[in-house]
Amino acid sequence: MSRNPISEQEVLLLLNDILERYGYDFTEYAPASINRRVNHLYQVDRFPSFAEYRYRIISDPAYALRFVEEITVNVTEMFRDPSFYQALRTQVLPVLATYPSIRVWHAGCSTGEEVYSFAILLKEAKLLHKAVIYATDINAGVLEKGRKGMFRLSQMQQYSRNYMEAGGREDFSSYYTANYEYAKFREDLGEKIIFSPHNLVTDGSFNEFQLIICRNVLIYFNKKLQDRVLTLFSESLEQLGFLALGSKETLNFTSVTGKFKQLENREKIWRKVQL
Amino acid sequence: MTTAPYLIVIGGSAGGLQPILTLLPGLVASLPAAILIVLHRQSHYESVLTELLSSKSILPVREAGEKEPLLPATVYIAPADYHLLIESDHTFSLDDSEKVNFSRPSIDVTFTSAALAYGSKVTAILLSGANTDGTEGLKDVHEAGGTTAVQDPATADVDYMPRQAILQAPVDAILQPQEMAAFINRMAEV
Repeated sequence: MSRNPISEQEVLLLLNDILERYGYDFTEYAPASINRRVNHLYQVDRFPSFAEYRYRIISDPAYALRFVEEITVNVTEMFRDPSFYQALRTQVLPVLATYPSIRVWHAGCSTGEEVYSFAILLKEAKLLHKAVIYATDINAGVLEKGRKGMFRLSQMQQYSRNYMEAGGREDFSSYYTANYEYAKFREDLGEKIIFSPHNLVTDGSFNEFQLIICRNVLIYFNKKLQDRVLTLFSESLEQLGFLALGSKETLNFTSVTGKFKQLENREKIWRKVQL
Repeated sequence: MTTAPYLIVIGGSAGGLQPILTLLPGLVASLPAAILIVLHRQSHYESVLTELLSSKSILPVREAGEKEPLLPATVYIAPADYHLLIESDHTFSLDDSEKVNFSRPSIDVTFTSAALAYGSKVTAILLSGANTDGTEGLKDVHEAGGTTAVQDPATADVDYMPRQAILQAPVDAILQPQEMAAFINRMAEV
């Protein structure tokens, strides 16, 4: 069709090429979204044929990296779904406060807007000094952006509104300085964040955490891969640790559902009640 | 559970709610199709919309859930702030990538995805609205052998969207809101 010149079968060929040559495994992603993005990139980069697209991916590692970065979704915002952050602030942080040190894993953090949002929550709860946030993503390019802690100034009005809706009481602009078209977030917010590559499909656990945040990542996986990643999260959580997902994601009907209990509100936060 | 063999996908923007409220009461419970509604709107009124549409239909009305199968004689609403895609195994996928036509959910994205997953067994209906979202998707539905219909611009609160679609896409039927239920009931019997 006009906007989908590359068939689902051909997309699978490309994903297998990427897996064999470069080790990135997208073969268990939900097909509809990945098909759309593979087709979109094909059209944006104006390839004359599928064969040339495939040849470029196989023969040009720099282009293959572009392919990997473009077919993964990196749309994010600060304090996305404010009521979710409100719930973190009022129901999760008071529990984390009781630990001598706090370890948080933000998986699939993209460019880091939500990681900085959470760091602000910790700062305001006077917990940031004893916390470490491991912020990981498959995509090295977005991690580099996250490390800089610079986000578009044009977004700040929206983010400030989200922050207030999430129960923020400070002056949001006190957390950054304007630098041309970017807002550079304060160094002390970034000090406890470790940005590091991690591939949820192929890499294992690397620590035990009291909170794992992974929002709008599982929606791109098929059921089987969702189950595997949720098992990884479950095994990486301490007893009574929290797992926080995106607003349309759920543990219902997954392999780990029996180990978790959802918090008593409508937010997507679960607590690990069974080892 | 067997998924719906046919799919009716309805897209609307400004003024799109009224024709939906008109057509819903007329749908028959024996419909072998899933009905999917993509409506541009603010995210705050989510549950209100589901309740409102529920009150107008004998069919179950619910928000389309991630990885859920499309069931016959069921009305699904695309959740706000996500694109809604349909997998070839007739389950839903959500996608929070960039807006398309300044919209998320985008009607184009869902129409095109429906065409890929359901081919000739999809019927797409485009309603009132102020932008051109949906036109490209109608082309894809047509190309896949599906059926395309547009609300009669004369009956639309905002006629820009249906008018553009009629100008640019192959349209099989131009419908008044009160004709839509019968049109859907008939399509599903084929």
